[in-house]
Amino acid sequence: MVNFVLNGLPVSVEKGSTILEAAQFYGFPIPTLCHMEGLSPYGACRLCVVEIGEGPRAKLVTSCTYPVEEGLKVRTASERVIKARRMVIELLLASCPQSKTIQDLASAHGVRQQRFRQEYEDCILCGRCIRMCKEQMMAKAIGFRGRGEGRSIGTPFDMKSEQCRQCGGCIYVCPACQLRCTYTEPEKAVCGGCANLTPPCVEKDSFDDMMCYMNPCVACEIKKDL
Amino acid sequence: MVLNVEPSCKTCTCHEEVDLSHVEKILAKYNNDRAELLSILEEVQADYGYLPQNALRMVAERTGSSMVDVFGVATFYRAFNLKPRGKHCISVCMGTACHVKGAPNVVKEFERQLGISVGETTPDNEFTLETVNCLGASALGPIVMVDGHYFSHVTPAKVKWLLSMVRAGLDKVDVKTDSRIIHLDVLCPHCNQSLMDSVHPIDGCPSIHTTITFNGVSGHARLSSLYGSYSIQSEPDAPVGTTVDFFCPSCNKKLTTTSRCPECGELMALMRVSGGGVVQICTQRGCKGHILDLSEIDI
Ligand code: FES
Ligand code: FES
Repeated sequence: MVNFVLNGLPVSVEKGSTILEAAQFYGFPIPTLCHMEGLSPYGACRLCVVEIGEGPRAKLVTSCTYPVEEGLKVRTASERVIKARRMVIELLLASCPQSKTIQDLASAHGVRQQRFRQEYEDCILCGRCIRMCKEQMMAKAIGFRGRGEGRSIGTPFDMKSEQCRQCGGCIYVCPACQLRCTYTEPEKAVCGGCANLTPPCVEKDSFDDMMCYMNPCVACEIKKDL
Repeated sequence: MVLNVEPSCKTCTCHEEVDLSHVEKILAKYNNDRAELLSILEEVQADYGYLPQNALRMVAERTGSSMVDVFGVATFYRAFNLKPRGKHCISVCMGTACHVKGAPNVVKEFERQLGISVGETTPDNEFTLETVNCLGASALGPIVMVDGHYFSHVTPAKVKWLLSMVRAGLDKVDVKTDSRIIHLDVLCPHCNQSLMDSVHPIDGCPSIHTTITFNGVSGHARLSSLYGSYSIQSEPDAPVGTTVDFFCPSCNKKLTTTSRCPECGELMALMRVSGGGVVQICTQRGCKGHILDLSEIDI
């Protein structure tokens, strides 16, 4: 057992567990995106950052990859953490606003603006699908290709893979393509329609017959009553 | 492994017939060891000029790794190419210093002249154009490297002429009249006396004068001061393969250092470049190994 301090609370967890696992066990929520139970931790999205250490030596680490240490001091919701998390979400929104997962995260963390150049990527390179393919499906059909700006996920040479059994596991775990959001203001990227009590579609007549994930949707119900 | 591809498939290299016997040899040399993946790929590339798809498959199979992993490595490093390359490789430096000195315009001019964009090869397989991130001679930028030859201060106006030089054969380039080749003024690292000798020019430029000893005999050597030219006049003539000790003619201190030649492993002789930086040359006669480090120069 390892003893450490989690948000001021002295706790002990089994050796080898990550900060994320410990926090989840003790009921402190930490948002995650690239992490998935059953897949190896990867640390790509940086959403799960927490602050460790004290004073000037405090630093942000990704809780999903950081194993607990004896005497560690962890804060899962310090000001710095919240700020970093919001920034991560904002950046995610900038690249992939169509993802309902990301839109929901933005709503849940009070991200109300997106200040970067808006892009509409289909992939946030979280690597979930790759790990799914490799670790759960034992196929190794897809992988990362290239680097930096040119990094992408796919099969070698973009050719039909001999390893792929078309199980669909990659799509199942994808936070970007599995849940699509038909947000109403594409220019602004932050929709929050599903999570807000007064979603933007309330005021918009043009969205009368819009297909929506929220079924029943609060906004539509309100509208009907009017 | 033979793959069925439509004949219309032009962009990929999978339909190409490649002789895999070299890959076989390389793999055997590294014992099919997956930890040596980078070295294996490097050698395959050196042999074929690029990484043929079938070769990658073979490497993956033999090293027991998956194709995605090998492909990931092959696409991660800029040093690897998945497409066949042209006879001449033009690398334009797009490092910070060269960039601000106008390298993007040089690239554009190359693209225009060759009718291809960066990363592509001309249809006649003569030229491949690519950009790199700092060739280590920022003070002399924009730098263009063609087949291992460096060209400094390249402007868009020089591009056409540079290409014609390359077409004519770079090794035949007349160094005497070529102002674009870097000329180095060197000093003795010990006494700071200039080693330049304008009385005995080589390649039309003042030569670098040193005293030498090898196999018990001593004499004089004059080296060309043009970076990239290997002309040397030595008295008496050292046979190729002998290791020569270089000395400063003024203070008689040895110029040889403890660093080793990247090509042959012999010791290197070091000289200071006036204006900052050092140049090291291999002490083995006939070896072209050298290191030019101008990093101390303030731009
Ligand atoms: S969940 Fe930890 S970095 Fe993505
Ligand atoms: S920036 Fe071009 S050589 Fe360094």
